[in-house]
Amino acid sequence: MDLIDDDTPTAGGNAPEFTVSEISGAVKRVLEGEFARVRVRGEVGRVSRPASGHLYFDLKDDRSVLAAVSWKGQVARMAVRPEEGMEVIATGRLTTFPGQSKYQLIVEDVEPAGAGALMAMLEKRRVALAAEGLFDAARKQRIPYLPEVIAVVTSPTGAVIRDILHRLRDRFPRRVLIWPVAVQGQACAPEVAAAIRGLNAFPTGGLPRPDLIIVARGGGSLEDLWGFNEEIVVRAAAESRIPLISAVGHETDTTLIDFAADLRAPTPTAAAEMAVPVRMELIAWAGEQGARLARAVAQRGDARRQRLTDLGRGLGRPGALTLASRQRFDLWAERLGPALSGFAARKRNAFGPVAALVRPDLLRRFLRKERETLEARWPRLPLAFGARTMRQRQRLDDWSGRLAPAFGRNRADALRLIALNHARVKALHDRLAAAPRARLLALAERLARLDRVRVTLGYTETLRRGFALVWAGDELVTSREAARRGAALEIEFHDGRLPVQTLAPGTAAPVAAPPKPRKPRGEPGGQGSLF
Amino acid sequence: MTELAAMSFEDAMAALEKVVRDLEQGNVSLDQSISLYERGAALKAHCEALLKAAEERVEKITLGEGGVPTGSTPVTGL
Repeated sequence: MDLIDDDTPTAGGNAPEFTVSEISGAVKRVLEGEFARVRVRGEVGRVSRPASGHLYFDLKDDRSVLAAVSWKGQVARMAVRPEEGMEVIATGRLTTFPGQSKYQLIVEDVEPAGAGALMAMLEKRRVALAAEGLFDAARKQRIPYLPEVIAVVTSPTGAVIRDILHRLRDRFPRRVLIWPVAVQGQACAPEVAAAIRGLNAFPTGGLPRPDLIIVARGGGSLEDLWGFNEEIVVRAAAESRIPLISAVGHETDTTLIDFAADLRAPTPTAAAEMAVPVRMELIAWAGEQGARLARAVAQRGDARRQRLTDLGRGLGRPGALTLASRQRFDLWAERLGPALSGFAARKRNAFGPVAALVRPDLLRRFLRKERETLEARWPRLPLAFGARTMRQRQRLDDWSGRLAPAFGRNRADALRLIALNHARVKALHDRLAAAPRARLLALAERLARLDRVRVTLGYTETLRRGFALVWAGDELVTSREAARRGAALEIEFHDGRLPVQTLAPGTAAPVAAPPKPRKPRGEPGGQGSLF
Repeated sequence: MTELAAMSFEDAMAALEKVVRDLEQGNVSLDQSISLYERGAALKAHCEALLKAAEERVEKITLGEGGVPTGSTPVTGL
């Protein structure tokens, strides 16, 4: 082509022209051909699920975003739903959306990328279901001791069912119903849930209702066991009315059905052991019980027989027990008849004379006598009453007559006593008044006597006899020298003082001092102190 | 003894143990001990009958449309 058209180059060159739809269709073909099945790892971004049931979400990493969509049917089959923030590996095909010049990934399946993400999701789900109470201890049912029919929900082929049947056979062969299910993949969860629910609807179609359900699966990866973590399975197990043992994976694997089951077995074999007891042991037990039963009864029989014999021996002969009593009885019984007739005869004899006396006339006579007594006393009754009152009144008068004189006497006595006391009080009063006056008179008398002595002994009497005192002012002059020094002298006679003038040379004219009559009396000096 | 036939193995077992214990302790009257013995013997027979009826029978449930059980087929060789 190029060679042919080479000579007619145009502005567009020789490139073919596409319409928009043509190029869009071409791109679509290329993309869909190249990426018909891809696995894309990324973080789930915004997720939306409109009413249509389709699921739209973004897959992203640090630089790019890829639009993704899962159609309704695909979503239903998904084991794990993409949730925002989850690291996933999405499997699907790329396609374009020519109407908007867009391309997107149509996701058929989503798996969590890495165990960490899966575990985180599992834990979240566990917490949510636990919050609903699905795992509560109160919901747990007791596993029957010896179930008649055991249903096993598991794969019909493989080691698991074989292990269970072997162990059941060893311990206690039972009727077993196997409900076949897929134990991994997307069919697993719905089938297991349907099996549990279906068994709970038994008996049906000629099949008996099982007494116990075992849900079992061998070990596997977390992803392999994932179906047993699904909410639908957990709810079915929790709701089962038939006791349920879960035995999923190895001992170290824990799936959510284990929390919802009534009992968790670490392995399928262990589940069989939990399901039935060991028959041979029970047969031995039954034999032992029978032996104990027989032994117990025999022993009890022996013991009772022995006891009976012992008691019988202690009982003695019955005849001997009553012998003495019988003898006593006979003795007294013999005396009983004569005693009674004798007693009656005695009483009769005593009664005869008395009975002869008892006649109606006796009573009549008695009554007449009583009436006579009554009639005789009747008229005396008011009389006796009057006499009694009189006596009382007389006594009263007597006592009241004696009352007035007694009173007068007592009064006179009292008045006399008062007068007597009065006189005594007066005498005492007089004596009381006289006592101080007599003492005063005596004292005055004594004082006068003493004064007389004083006067006799005082200097004034001396003055009367012709002596005189010389005074210089208030000083008593007793020597010539003192008189010479004194300016003014006074001579005291018995009838008063007389001023004198001394004619001593160089002395001033004598001064007449006023008489001081009270002084010599109040100040007697040495001579005056005669007391 | 009609109730005995419907008795579960576990209940019969517990009842038998109690009978044996009561008898061994000997605090029952003679009349009682005889009736207890009879009951114990019946319980033991019932337990043994249940133990004898230990027959393995394994069936696989067949599922029809929509996973509905339609019947069962015997399973052998497992």
